[in-house]
Amino acid sequence: MIEIDDLTVRFGGVTPLDGMSLTFHPGTNGLIGPNGAGKTTFFNVLSGFVDPAEGSVQAFGEDLLAMPHYRRARWGLRRTFQTEQAIEELSVAGNVALAHEHSKVGDRASRREDVLGAIGFVGLDVDPDVKVGTLGARERRLVEIARAVVGRPKLVLLDEPGAGLPDEETEHLGRVIQGIPEHMGALVILVDHDMSLVSACCENTAVLDFGKLIASGPTADVLRDEAVMKAYLGTEEVEGSEQVA
Amino acid sequence: MSVAEAPPRESPAWSPARLDRGERIRAVVIVVLLALVLFALPERMSAYWTSVVTQVAIFSVVSLGLGLLIGRVGMVSLGQVAVLALGAWVGARLCFATGLPFPIVLLLTGLITMVLGTLVGLPALRLSGLYLALITLMLAGAITVVLTATNFPNGGDGFLGHVENDFGNPEVRRPSIAETDPAYFRYTVIVAMVMFLIALVHVRAKPGRAWAAIRQSEPAALAAGVNITLYKLWAFALASFMTGVAGCLLAGDVGELFTYQFATSQNIVLLAVVLMGGVFSIWGAIVAGVLFKLLPALLDNWGLPADLLTILFGVGILQVLLTAPAGLVYQFPRDMRNLGRLIMRLFGRGRSAKEAAS
Repeated sequence: MIEIDDLTVRFGGVTPLDGMSLTFHPGTNGLIGPNGAGKTTFFNVLSGFVDPAEGSVQAFGEDLLAMPHYRRARWGLRRTFQTEQAIEELSVAGNVALAHEHSKVGDRASRREDVLGAIGFVGLDVDPDVKVGTLGARERRLVEIARAVVGRPKLVLLDEPGAGLPDEETEHLGRVIQGIPEHMGALVILVDHDMSLVSACCENTAVLDFGKLIASGPTADVLRDEAVMKAYLGTEEVEGSEQVA
Repeated sequence: MSVAEAPPRESPAWSPARLDRGERIRAVVIVVLLALVLFALPERMSAYWTSVVTQVAIFSVVSLGLGLLIGRVGMVSLGQVAVLALGAWVGARLCFATGLPFPIVLLLTGLITMVLGTLVGLPALRLSGLYLALITLMLAGAITVVLTATNFPNGGDGFLGHVENDFGNPEVRRPSIAETDPAYFRYTVIVAMVMFLIALVHVRAKPGRAWAAIRQSEPAALAAGVNITLYKLWAFALASFMTGVAGCLLAGDVGELFTYQFATSQNIVLLAVVLMGGVFSIWGAIVAGVLFKLLPALLDNWGLPADLLTILFGVGILQVLLTAPAGLVYQFPRDMRNLGRLIMRLFGRGRSAKEAAS
């Protein structure tokens, strides 16, 4: 369980995150909102790339913000990035091993098994020895997700994993994401603009708009919420063009 | 395909420290070349050429350290020649001050230089790119200034161990098993091989993966749990250790050390040859060593002016950056393959038709 209390981030005069209080329960949680709503800023706070002005984050009873950022990964926090960040120079297995060997769990003996297990879990059908630099966008995304789920993480943050993927790939991605809590044992927070992906994966969803939490609850209810419709209708064109891109 | 139930793919080949096919071929080529160098070369060469190839081996190790910093971690240091000078100083000092066996002196020199060189690398935690290069170059300049004042140890007393003596000074000793030039050359090559092995082990294992992540994207490295500070310093420590060992070898090789052997401008030349040799393969360091020490000797031998080197390196850098960013160590085999294919095509029409079809 992740308890966010009064989380506020300020960049000069801008407040990308304004008093966000929310509890994420085990399973897959959606986090949606128009562009600039503060979703990625929220992830960056959890990762330790941005220091909040106020607020606290209790993750499974531990104060997440008190940990140095590299230690958060060891604790069990993983993430993917909006622009995919699989390490090109390393092999598929090397990418996944990278996260495994810096996490607390497992040892050298179980690494190989865990790494290949994670690659199998995301459904990557490539030679684990092939360099990531030679792979296409879809495979790189899956490598990044395999890296995020290997070694029994506690919390996995997925930042627009579906961006730029064709529909049939998104379907596969949705099944992978849905399987993470059950098979990898992690709480998942999914940020995406693809509402079909979010509704397919997440029982609960929260909505940010201009840094403020405007709704949270069961995904179907949230998507019908009037305030949410308004927030999205206000920027419908932006949303529409992003779907195409 | 079912996502969650997909069984782990069996890949008997994969292990974190496996060499791929290309690397195995390269390793075999290198072992053969090394055997040739170790057993056939020394007896056939004059004292002059023996000293040149000894320095090629020494500067291959220096290039290896710099290549690791640039190619693996993405940190440009322009202070490696100064670190080499520190290593030479420490090595010479230990040789005169103690009666320790030479391998122990090598190891100690490596460790002491590692500490000093890591201090030179401290700015890398805050700076990168051009600014890091500038800072390291200035530190190199500062080290050279200090060494000019203190000179190198030559058997004198006190901490500095330098004495002005017009009648010649005792030379830095060599290992008892390698007193002669050819023997010392073999000794140097073997120590260099050990350094390359250490580098290979690092690159293929956990540090290599962490460095690759840091080089591409520090946020991604952090997200995977890489302690960036630790691994950057580790890279500097490793490069400095190797460079320190190389400095100690150099002290034993030349016997008497002078500041002019470590001119600050040499740092820039070293960067050029390392880039030309190729920073993405550790074997590029051997090419860099050859360019750095053998090429000037060849020019000298052919009676060409040494200034030509600057022009050659300038053109070489342009050539490499434009046509083969991975360096000569990749370009040369590729060009040889292309040449081989061309010859095949000229002499065997059937073969060329088959190739065109595929």
